[in-house]
Amino acid sequence: MTWLNAIVQGILTGGFYALFAVGLSILFGVMGVINLAHGDLAVIAAYVALAMIPVTHLPAVLAFVVVVPMFAVGGYILQRTLLQASLDRDPFTTLLVTFGLSVVIENVLLEVFTSNTQSLNIGSLLFDTLNLTPQIPVSYFSLVMLAVAVGVLGALQLFLSRTGTGRMIRAVADDREAAQLVGANYRHIFGIAAAIALATVSIAGIAYGILSGFTPTAGTANLLFAFEAVVIGGIGSLWGTLVGGIVLGIAQEIGAQINPAYQVLAGHLVFLAVLALRPRGLFGLRAAT
Amino acid sequence: MSAAGALLEVDRLTVHHGQLRALTEVSLAVRPGEVHGIIGANGAGKSTLLRTIAGLHKATSGRVVLDGADVTHAPPERRLEAGIALVPEGRRLFPSLTVEENLLVGRHRARSGPFDLAAVYSLFGWMAGRRRQRAAQLSGGEQQAVAIGRALVANPRVLLLDELSLGLAPIVVQRIYELLPKLLASGVTILLVEQDVSQAMRAASRIQCLLEGRTTLEGRPGELSREQVERAYFGSEVSGSGADAPAGGLTGPAAAVGAARAARGEPGEGGPPR
Ligand SMILES: Nc1ncnc2c1ncn2[C@@H]1O[C@H](COP(=O)(O)OP(=O)(O)OP(=O)(O)O)[C@@H](O)[C@H]1O
Ligand SMILES: [Mg+2]
Repeated sequence: MTWLNAIVQGILTGGFYALFAVGLSILFGVMGVINLAHGDLAVIAAYVALAMIPVTHLPAVLAFVVVVPMFAVGGYILQRTLLQASLDRDPFTTLLVTFGLSVVIENVLLEVFTSNTQSLNIGSLLFDTLNLTPQIPVSYFSLVMLAVAVGVLGALQLFLSRTGTGRMIRAVADDREAAQLVGANYRHIFGIAAAIALATVSIAGIAYGILSGFTPTAGTANLLFAFEAVVIGGIGSLWGTLVGGIVLGIAQEIGAQINPAYQVLAGHLVFLAVLALRPRGLFGLRAAT
Repeated sequence: MSAAGALLEVDRLTVHHGQLRALTEVSLAVRPGEVHGIIGANGAGKSTLLRTIAGLHKATSGRVVLDGADVTHAPPERRLEAGIALVPEGRRLFPSLTVEENLLVGRHRARSGPFDLAAVYSLFGWMAGRRRQRAAQLSGGEQQAVAIGRALVANPRVLLLDELSLGLAPIVVQRIYELLPKLLASGVTILLVEQDVSQAMRAASRIQCLLEGRTTLEGRPGELSREQVERAYFGSEVSGSGADAPAGGLTGPAAAVGAARAARGEPGEGGPPR
């Protein structure tokens, strides 16, 4: 039963990882940007929510309503300014710029919020559990987050496959120059992709702030998990990212069952195994959406 | 060059790729209803010319004028709206999109005009039935047709065609070129690039030859002699019994094609039998 519990908890964690990773996958898939600041952006979302609550007196859960649109707008602006300017030079510059962004974010957060561990309090919501069996407690909040992850991925899938803008995002990802020839302003399309990426990572960031304590440097570890989820699932595949997150989550929970010290290690091992056996990931069709 | 009545005019265009000067003061004028053919060997600058007209490369100097409006500094999407559409070399479909999605994307900034998806489907009978297939699954000839359709649905005034015959079997090339009269009849003006000289001579009402980024010959296909074309195509050192003229026994534009393909190590597919 403890194993079954490990799997259930792994799936729940996987939803969170997928939410974290999907923006990373979009940024890489559409514009070839490896965003080393992705984890830090999530942490900013958690701090923004934290700073907002005493001012607005909104319950922490409602932070999503304010922070997510804010991040979408911020993502568009970030892409059209800093990231586009670096993309206009070369991919290596872009990598350096996102690395620099990561360092700057961590240092500013340290200045403003100190290195004390913080957390977002949603009261009893976090601790209420649904007992599938007495041995398998499922936190409502985790369940909601899994549902949110599935919902976000499903909405993205629909957006990309059914709308004109979604179609154009896929076209730009396939062949930027050819997209220019059919009249796409690819910079604008890049901006929209970045807006989506940052909106999703801000949801993940706030969820993270609710699920566990966070510090200004928490982003880096999460970035690694997000990378692993993307690579396991296969770049360019939305549902692959969910499966990648779940595989990573289950591996970590099972590792922790064997020995708590093996939690993170088990995830890394599965990641390496996938990389060795299926370098393009479980669902890694370059062409998939 | 007199530009009177020209729909598309290129005036002393010079284009660099970094340090390399790919085009040197190339001028041309395409009148409405014309098929203007650009020929030239591998690396002559033909694609650079079309891509600069479409807005993918910046001109170092010179002008690109569409129906009197200077578009030299306009981004590609503005030029598309003004009526310039390019079918790029190598077709460049969106491989993960379906046939229909490729066409829909082509409608993104479409002008009004005779071409929509239905018109393209009736132009290519097989296409509607396979519209849900990924573009990557099509054969080369089918992809070329979709690439033309994708440009047509924008209802361009000038259609730029870059090496339609590239990598296609002769029968397929022939079928694609049979389209041109229909396109002209619907009011589209055509500027095309071909390495296959005989193909270009058959299709075009005017021929212009590029050599190392400069115009070496211009005129009506019927008025140009084979020797003239050959000299313009390869440069003067090949004329006569030049040592590196591989086409020794052959003459005429057909030989020029064979030699050009041999020079870039390609099979003769699409060209005349050798
Ligand atoms: N993006 C680029 N960057 C650098 N150099 C380029 C670029 N594109 C073309 N060139 C160079 O410019 C010159 C002209 O190339 P272009 O592609 O226009 O020739 P082409 O006549 O279309 O040849 P082909 O018949 O092989 O298509 C060549 O020397 C080529 O190597
Ligand atoms: Mg070319």
